[in-house]
Amino acid sequence: MNVLQEGKGTLVGWIDPDKQRAWVSEHKSRALKDKRTSVDEAISEYVPDGSLIALGGFGHIRVSMAAVYEIIRQRKRDLTLCGKTAVHDCDLLVAAGCVNRIEVAYAFGHELRGLSAASRRAAESGRCKVVAEISNAAYQWRFLAAAMGLPFVPTRVMLGTDTLHRSSAKVVQDPFTGKPICLVPACYPDAVLMHVHRCDKYGNAQIDGIIVEDFELARAARRLLITTEEIIPDSTIRESPQDTVIPYYLVDSVTEVEHGAHPTLMPGRYYFDEQHISEWLRLSKTEEGVAQYFDRYVHGVESFAEYLDLIGGDAQLEHLRQVEHLEAPLEAPWLEEKRR
Amino acid sequence: MSAEYTSTELLAYVAAGLLEDNSSVFVGTGLPMIAAMLAQRTSAPNLLIIFEAGGIGPQVPVLPISVGDSRTFYRAVSASSMHDVMSASQAGYLDYGFLGAAQIDAYGNLNTTVIGKWELPRVRFPGSGGANDVGSLCWRTIIVMRQDPRRFVETLDFVTTPGYLDGPGARERVGLPAGTGPYRVISQLGLYGFHERFKRMELLAVHPGVSVEDAVEATGFELLIPDKVATTIPPSRAVLDTMHEIDPTGMVIGR
Repeated sequence: MNVLQEGKGTLVGWIDPDKQRAWVSEHKSRALKDKRTSVDEAISEYVPDGSLIALGGFGHIRVSMAAVYEIIRQRKRDLTLCGKTAVHDCDLLVAAGCVNRIEVAYAFGHELRGLSAASRRAAESGRCKVVAEISNAAYQWRFLAAAMGLPFVPTRVMLGTDTLHRSSAKVVQDPFTGKPICLVPACYPDAVLMHVHRCDKYGNAQIDGIIVEDFELARAARRLLITTEEIIPDSTIRESPQDTVIPYYLVDSVTEVEHGAHPTLMPGRYYFDEQHISEWLRLSKTEEGVAQYFDRYVHGVESFAEYLDLIGGDAQLEHLRQVEHLEAPLEAPWLEEKRR
Repeated sequence: MSAEYTSTELLAYVAAGLLEDNSSVFVGTGLPMIAAMLAQRTSAPNLLIIFEAGGIGPQVPVLPISVGDSRTFYRAVSASSMHDVMSASQAGYLDYGFLGAAQIDAYGNLNTTVIGKWELPRVRFPGSGGANDVGSLCWRTIIVMRQDPRRFVETLDFVTTPGYLDGPGARERVGLPAGTGPYRVISQLGLYGFHERFKRMELLAVHPGVSVEDAVEATGFELLIPDKVATTIPPSRAVLDTMHEIDPTGMVIGR
């Protein structure tokens, strides 16, 4: 095949499909076994320093914050992040010094809330290195290629741009049409951390609402760590198998953490905690503030339950439930600061 | 009678007016959301709104903070996935794409990645997100952004998202889907299109109180000026009220 152009970005997470098949054969058990463990143990076991990690959800939607906080608590270092729709997850992991390399589809931003002060400082000072650029579709198609056990997937995005020039994709002449086409390489993250609405103890998982790219990402993951709002009986899963997005054999660990996505949004359950996110956005303007935030909300708490008490406990959680269901109006303190 | 309005409100109103009923639109965070929601509540009740995280055909109740927010699939026809909606775009189902940007050039190429050198940028922006995909795959891309000579520039610091690249035929030559590209640009000063032959930005209309010279002065490249330049129509009180129902906290529209 005639290669017309090669992106200069660093190729992260690519593995020869035959090597990956052999690894799957050896390391991914097909046994239906109880995978319940603590987040602490799951992160210790499956996220060594230097890993390539990806978060499920959408940056500040359905993010396994329980896992994010645990990575920070364990002071993991030299992680590379798949910056696919990365928002609050990325901001915290970069600010904490856990992630120092990132492939960027979307990062350093907080959507409507503006740019992320802490992770931007890291990017602009070189403390966190952007190793490649990519687009959202191209990134999730990297996971699709991995999920399919293929070396790449052909796409019609990124062509003609600096995004392609700084990506790890290649442009070839398509043998069918004769036109240039962009091949995005498979990406197998070492560990994927994902929060779901419910699953059984084996890892058979259901997600309510949009799946984003978690169908593909779960299948691309070498190790898949699930946190869940609730663990349900296997018999309930079998009553509606059409609702299973992630079958158990993809999953390495399961931990029940109710409200485990706080302060990110959990569709149908709780909305963004804009009060809490505002506190982060305010504190993260300085390095002292960043340290203060982590001391208070990560290193200073013994458990996720203790963290939930600290952010306002049951009253605040009930408020977030109401906002999600349009029963209470949204309040966003960051908006007041933006106006000033 | 037209009412008192802000430049942001006018921008959103003009943008909403570009969307036809029974067409599909791929919507990004912020003003594009306001415009699409306004169109759906006024001129285009059957507008098919699509969000990159998988929301398809929602009746968005209130301004979402994120394109993956649960509001993006409220009363939707489908809560799907990014693979599904990006594939639909690639397959030709998306009429309009709606984007913002930090910089734009005469060919409608967009930068949302860096200001300065890529290796160690002066300002790091979030990157492509879904912008490159929308700008590559939708039939017609609409760009909503603030205009000044630092934003409407001769040369982008980084081409994140393709417009007409370096001119006529360039998109097809690099393999982008045929017949796609930037369609309109809306700023606080006016409405712009792209010259059919040269694929360069041309002024179509100025907003009330804005002169052609104002638009030219706020542009860092040579803007094409046709013989006739229209003036946009400002929003009515009723439209403004609808806009503030959509964004009750004033996150995008202000208060």
